[in-house]
Amino acid sequence: MKCSRLLRLVILSCAMVASALLAACHKDVQQPWQLTDISGHMPDLAFRLTDDHGRTVTAADYRGKVTLLYFGYTHCPDVCPLTLAHLHVVMQKLGKLADNVRILFVSVDPTRDTPAILHDYVNAFDPRAVGLTGTPADIEALTKRYRAAFTREPGKADGSYDVSHSSGIYIFDVNGKARLLATPADGQDRLVHDLQLLLNSGGAS
Amino acid sequence: MKMRYLLVMAATSLLPVANLQASQADHVTASNAWIRLLPANLPASGYVTLQNTALSTASLVSAHSTTYASVMLHKSAMGSGGMSSMHAVSQLAIPAQGKAVLAPAGYHLMLERSSHAVKAGDTVDITLDFADGSHLPVTFLVRPANAADPN
Repeated sequence: MKCSRLLRLVILSCAMVASALLAACHKDVQQPWQLTDISGHMPDLAFRLTDDHGRTVTAADYRGKVTLLYFGYTHCPDVCPLTLAHLHVVMQKLGKLADNVRILFVSVDPTRDTPAILHDYVNAFDPRAVGLTGTPADIEALTKRYRAAFTREPGKADGSYDVSHSSGIYIFDVNGKARLLATPADGQDRLVHDLQLLLNSGGAS
Repeated sequence: MKMRYLLVMAATSLLPVANLQASQADHVTASNAWIRLLPANLPASGYVTLQNTALSTASLVSAHSTTYASVMLHKSAMGSGGMSSMHAVSQLAIPAQGKAVLAPAGYHLMLERSSHAVKAGDTVDITLDFADGSHLPVTFLVRPANAADPN
């Protein structure tokens, strides 16, 4: 009887220790991120495109900055501006830290989006936004690299057309490693939280 | 007895139609009307909240403005895999005693080819056209590109 009680106690304490260990273990594994962690699931930032000053730039030019990669086009009056305005507020909330962040707005409509138009467009949102364009092949290669997609919709009577495109915001650390994926629906505070963490950690994986 | 009940029902169901001597536009009020301005004469978008006080649906079918050569009713949609797309809409119903909201990432007026330079802080008049041929002039406030949604 006494033995059985002791055994029960032992089992109980084992269970408690085990659950405590599991909890501790779980705590270690728990991600600090509020956005989707894509570390190791997406390739490093790599491209060769033309920026909104007409200069040829590569991903290496943005090493040392946390970058937010977003695909869009300037003739997109609703969702692209909403996303960029959203990111502008995030940048404002980051304060001084935002100097180490660049928004990379890659045009999926290189036919119409010249560097000059892109320059006016991105600067209407944030001084730390960069417009990037390139050959259709270069743009397509970059979207495929991040499993993003875009489709030019049938033209309208006046010759204009819309482009459907992926709406994700890919976040890379200062070493150009893919770290997080945000959607336009993610609140500004989640973006601010994760960007602060990424900027303060020095970008180390 | 049942027949009389049916007759009463039929008569009352006609009442809202009788009320419609006033046009759809007469029963619609607009609020929070604003335009997100984009640079370089790029297409802009107009947003507005429409409240319908009538006992029947009002249908917004088009809009026009002396400021923009083209005003089209559009809807943005988020498809599978996070694909964002935009398409023209032939009409937008404002339910009886309800409202319809034109807001970012949803219904909006796509505004193209402005006749003169529009700048933040300006107001632009856009007339909303309803299915019964009635019209509602609305004054939109022009906000800068990076304005947060005020609603």
